[in-house]
Amino acid sequence: MISQFFVLSQRGDNIVFRDYRGDIQKGSAEIFFRKVKFWKEDGKEEAPPVFNLDGVNYIHVKVVGLLFVATTRNNLPPSLVLELLQRVARVIKDYLGVLNEDSLRKNFVLVYELLDEVIDFGYVQSTSTEVLKSYIFNEPIVVDAGRLPSLGPAALFMQGNKRMPGTAVTKSVVAQETGGTKREEIFVDVIEKISVTFSSSGYILTSEIDGTIQMKSYLSGNPEIRVALNDDLTIGRGGRSIYDYSGSSGSGAVILDDCNFHESVHLDSFDVDRTLSLVPPDGEFPVMNYRITQEFKPPFRINNLVEESEHFKAEVILKIRAEFPSSVTANTIVIEMPLPTYTTRVNFELEPGAVGQRTDFKESNKRLEWSLKKIVGESEHTLRVKLTFPQELHGNITKEAGPVSMTFTIPMYNPSGLQVKYLQIAKKTKTYNPYRWVRYVTQANSYVARI
Amino acid sequence: MAPPAQSQKSASPSQPSGKGEVSDVKMQLRQLAGSRSPGTDDAKRELFKKVISYMTIGIDVSSVFSEMVMCSATSDIVLKKMCYLYVGNYAKYNPDLALLTINFLQRDCKDEDPMIRGLALRSLCSLRVANLVEYLVGPLGTGLKDGNSYVRMVAAVGVLKLYHISASTCMDADFPAMLKHLMLNDKDAQVVANCLTSLQEIWGLEASASEEAARERETLLSKPVIYYFLNRIKEFSEWAQCIVLELVAKYVPSDSNEIFDVMNLLEDRLQHANGAVVLATIKMFLQLTLSMTDVHQQVYERIKAPLLTLVSSGSPEQSYAVLSHLHLLVMRAPFIFSSDYKHFYCQYNEPFYVKKLKLEMLTAVANESNTYDIVTELCEYAANVDIPMARESIRAVGKIALQQYDVNAIVDRLLQFLEMEKEHVTAETLVLVKDLLRKYPQWSHDCIAVVGNISSKNVQEPKAKAALIWMLGEYAQDMQDAPYILESLIENWDEEHSAEVRLHLLTAIMKCFLRRPPETQKALGAALAAGLADFHQDVHDRALFYYRLLKYNVTVAERVVDPPKQAVSVFADTQSSEIKDRIFDEFNSLSVVYQKPSYMFTDKEHRGPFAFSEELGNLSIDTELADNVVPAQRVEANDKDLLLSTSEKEDNHGASNNSSAYNAPSYDGSRMVGASQAQQDLVSLDQPPPANVPVSLAIDDLLGLGLPVVPSPAPSPPALKLNAKAVLDPNSFQQKWRQLPLAASQEISMNPQGVSALSSPQVLLRHMQGHSIHCIASGGQAPNFKFFFFAQKEDEPSTYLVECVINSSTCKAQLKIKADDQSTSQAFSALFESALSKFGLP
Repeated sequence: MISQFFVLSQRGDNIVFRDYRGDIQKGSAEIFFRKVKFWKEDGKEEAPPVFNLDGVNYIHVKVVGLLFVATTRNNLPPSLVLELLQRVARVIKDYLGVLNEDSLRKNFVLVYELLDEVIDFGYVQSTSTEVLKSYIFNEPIVVDAGRLPSLGPAALFMQGNKRMPGTAVTKSVVAQETGGTKREEIFVDVIEKISVTFSSSGYILTSEIDGTIQMKSYLSGNPEIRVALNDDLTIGRGGRSIYDYSGSSGSGAVILDDCNFHESVHLDSFDVDRTLSLVPPDGEFPVMNYRITQEFKPPFRINNLVEESEHFKAEVILKIRAEFPSSVTANTIVIEMPLPTYTTRVNFELEPGAVGQRTDFKESNKRLEWSLKKIVGESEHTLRVKLTFPQELHGNITKEAGPVSMTFTIPMYNPSGLQVKYLQIAKKTKTYNPYRWVRYVTQANSYVARI
Repeated sequence: MAPPAQSQKSASPSQPSGKGEVSDVKMQLRQLAGSRSPGTDDAKRELFKKVISYMTIGIDVSSVFSEMVMCSATSDIVLKKMCYLYVGNYAKYNPDLALLTINFLQRDCKDEDPMIRGLALRSLCSLRVANLVEYLVGPLGTGLKDGNSYVRMVAAVGVLKLYHISASTCMDADFPAMLKHLMLNDKDAQVVANCLTSLQEIWGLEASASEEAARERETLLSKPVIYYFLNRIKEFSEWAQCIVLELVAKYVPSDSNEIFDVMNLLEDRLQHANGAVVLATIKMFLQLTLSMTDVHQQVYERIKAPLLTLVSSGSPEQSYAVLSHLHLLVMRAPFIFSSDYKHFYCQYNEPFYVKKLKLEMLTAVANESNTYDIVTELCEYAANVDIPMARESIRAVGKIALQQYDVNAIVDRLLQFLEMEKEHVTAETLVLVKDLLRKYPQWSHDCIAVVGNISSKNVQEPKAKAALIWMLGEYAQDMQDAPYILESLIENWDEEHSAEVRLHLLTAIMKCFLRRPPETQKALGAALAAGLADFHQDVHDRALFYYRLLKYNVTVAERVVDPPKQAVSVFADTQSSEIKDRIFDEFNSLSVVYQKPSYMFTDKEHRGPFAFSEELGNLSIDTELADNVVPAQRVEANDKDLLLSTSEKEDNHGASNNSSAYNAPSYDGSRMVGASQAQQDLVSLDQPPPANVPVSLAIDDLLGLGLPVVPSPAPSPPALKLNAKAVLDPNSFQQKWRQLPLAASQEISMNPQGVSALSSPQVLLRHMQGHSIHCIASGGQAPNFKFFFFAQKEDEPSTYLVECVINSSTCKAQLKIKADDQSTSQAFSALFESALSKFGLP
């Protein structure tokens, strides 16, 4: 069982602090923050999510820049505590609509109320937004969503280097909207994080898709829902080695290596017609997580050329080609590449007529950064970079630079081809026709080309 | 109803000016306390919020306690909740004021609204004030019988809270029995789950003091109770499921059919999106199949995909926790994961602690077929701009080479590293090349050619410099420049700060001298002179030693300093297999992330109520000793039958282990006992055979224990002869202890003289060993000492296990005996009793 739970801001302030067992000193939040901040003298190495100091275990996750921390003296299952911390964050988000320092500070009494019901004497009672609803009496003070950066229909707000994307839905599940009526709607997001490593010759070394079908329901009366996926979906790659690409491509079938499901999902007819049936609880939750190592077409090809041009100079040419249809547009693209540590000057040369592109040389860690607001499918972009060195080059410059890494978001596109064929909502009345949103988005998890 | 906009101020708790603000709040609260005018509740809410926000940021607001209580007379549930929170936080430090709250809390416990009843009961139990416990008993008793499940849920945890404030009050009111009844009968799954957690904690803590509690704790693991939980598993919330699964993992089914039934029932839990449920299920599968090698291996195959899915879904923190568990499994059974190696490739944006785990896994799974790919990948990391990562990767390449796969190609790659001319890469590589040469001297020719080209000026790190110097000495005849390089290093003796390097320099110059005397003589003289003048003790001593050796006889010196060497076949593993097995036993806990068994980082009382294994861990004095004595010389083989055991590969396999059904993650017992005997030999020269008692007692006297001497052991009943050299490892002991039913349990009186000598448990252990009864673990403090003994029949591998708790103030010993062969348990019990009763007799 856990002893304490607290949330710290980026600066280390206590936003909420709840002591459940009273067997750990009160100053634990300060002790924790100091340890995390100065984990290694050079400050470069990150503190692991779980560590032990003087017999106290500190377990934390970072969510939107905030630290969610649990302490315990017991030898608990780490995944249980970490999962719990994530869930607490999610429940709070369900209630507040938006999870950030501001909304937490404004609603800390509500958060205490939640914490009292989620955990009792260190034991988890419930993390279901649905169940908790009947115990919670505070009304959320809604933070003005207008003050947040504008979000497109399927934009994902990336917080820091978080991999977990949130949806664009920033509505509280409990707050009444102006007018007193709740809009009947349901969001189903297919989110795919992709990892690809290209060798220096452009051949794909590894590739993986980690996907989630995420649901957020604002339907009243909890109707049953059926989600139909591709008919030809198969699970498990049989006896073949999972990296055996032969024969799997071209057929169009979606082959999942493995998947798991939310507990509300019934799989009775899944084996027959690939439909999931469930009564969605309130709040945001993953219906299904899946993993694919089947070969897929990477959305971007990265070509790079590094050449010594003169004695004290070298040239880097980066070329990005979008391999997806021209009807699709990727956004917030950032390309990074470490340069030799002895690089003194960098000159960038963008292609003529470039719009929405920015280049930067980060002096502190000797990285070049090239960002593009958007890339339309089937287009190609090039950047030329001239490097100047103080002395004559020794050794091979390619061993001192790279690899090239890339982050991006591509709305309404998913490389796996997994689809939600239809979303059926059990009808209460003939006129009942709630809004259904099915959205796809692809994000780079680790997208790397070696040089 | 939305709170007024003015909340802005109180909600952002910028540091208030301090006491002034608190007394301000105090005054306003006082004004509101009596008011009944409309809008009072809203005003109170704002003030309460302010108080709680001060509390959160650590300002002491205990001075408004009485005002808060006065204001709590309200029907506004939000206000009530804030008040409860406040009271719970400060009651402990203001017991007198806490008394003020009892009244309204007790009244609320009888409210119509079950919500209020539950909340009030929860707050009442959270006061943590010892002299108020009398007020808890009534409401708790009523709460456990409440018609509403929310109240019962709160009450079930409330009992546990009461237990922690006053255990005796809780036991006297017979609450555990009521919890047990609820647990087995309540309709609401969360009530059942809370009863289970409370009972586990209470009985776990009581077990050491009360026989009955220990028995109750055992009943939780009995078949009917376990089946009751398993049949309801789907009713429980995901978190309660974790608790049930943890419990089931400790259950020992009677046969393999039962094991399969349980596993089939829970198979779908592996597809749960909650990682905690999946890992708890995996733990249970692993534990249940320990005795079935084939099935155990199938379990590994089955859990692979779910684990990999968990690693790649969820937050980075969650994947780290799962990856740590995967790491443990990969280390135990690398061959099962050898085709999944690409999953262990590092991603550029992963934190270092994740990359480190992955590198270790890549190293472990390397075999004939994948080594090329793995080493190629590692070489990419070695060229990485991230220096710690580059270093770790080079070490990983070296480790793979030492595992004997594809050495030829790897040596080439390592030598290419040296050509990269990056200082940290060169340094790491030199250390590795040195280790490689110690294992594969046949590669010296290729390596030396490259190493010879490295300028010693480019090597600064002491470890790397020492490695380079070692090679210069060891291969002095093959490296043209060796004497001259060494000479120049010796010239800079005073600038060399590392004693390690100077020590290596002395040895290297000696070796060089012995092979190429004319070229080295001068440098040797200089080195010895510098060494003799060195302020570092070891350097000085080594120089002096060499000097005298040379003076005495050069041929002898050569035999001492530079004899022909045998290649090192295996480098010692850093962690003993016993530790590894214990971590495996603690699967799905923090031990796995820390890579340490729990006794190394947790106090005993926090190790969990059910952990017999952990109890053993804490007590095991003998095994610890054994591990220190025997260097873990291990051969990393890759045979499939090694899945269950990290150490069965050791050659001196205990024959008696083979027939036992449950010797599963078998740690090689013979090695350990052999070692502990060796350890005892250090003290008592030549111990057992059992007739040899006088010798050991004579030694006891030498040690000044003043023990009266027993003339000879009593003749044991002829029916049962015990094996004087019985062997059992701690894991088999644990397995058996869980598995076997209690054969006999009794209390016997002991000789007070013997008991008084218990301050040193070794005396008793030796005494019992004289009767062929061996101790596997012992511990405790006066007046309670606890020992676990085992014995085996002389002619067959049938084992007896004994738990013996000696109370030194009452001179009584509590015995619990379990036996493979139940029919002889009485005979053994008599034998044990007679042996124990003789302890300390003149």
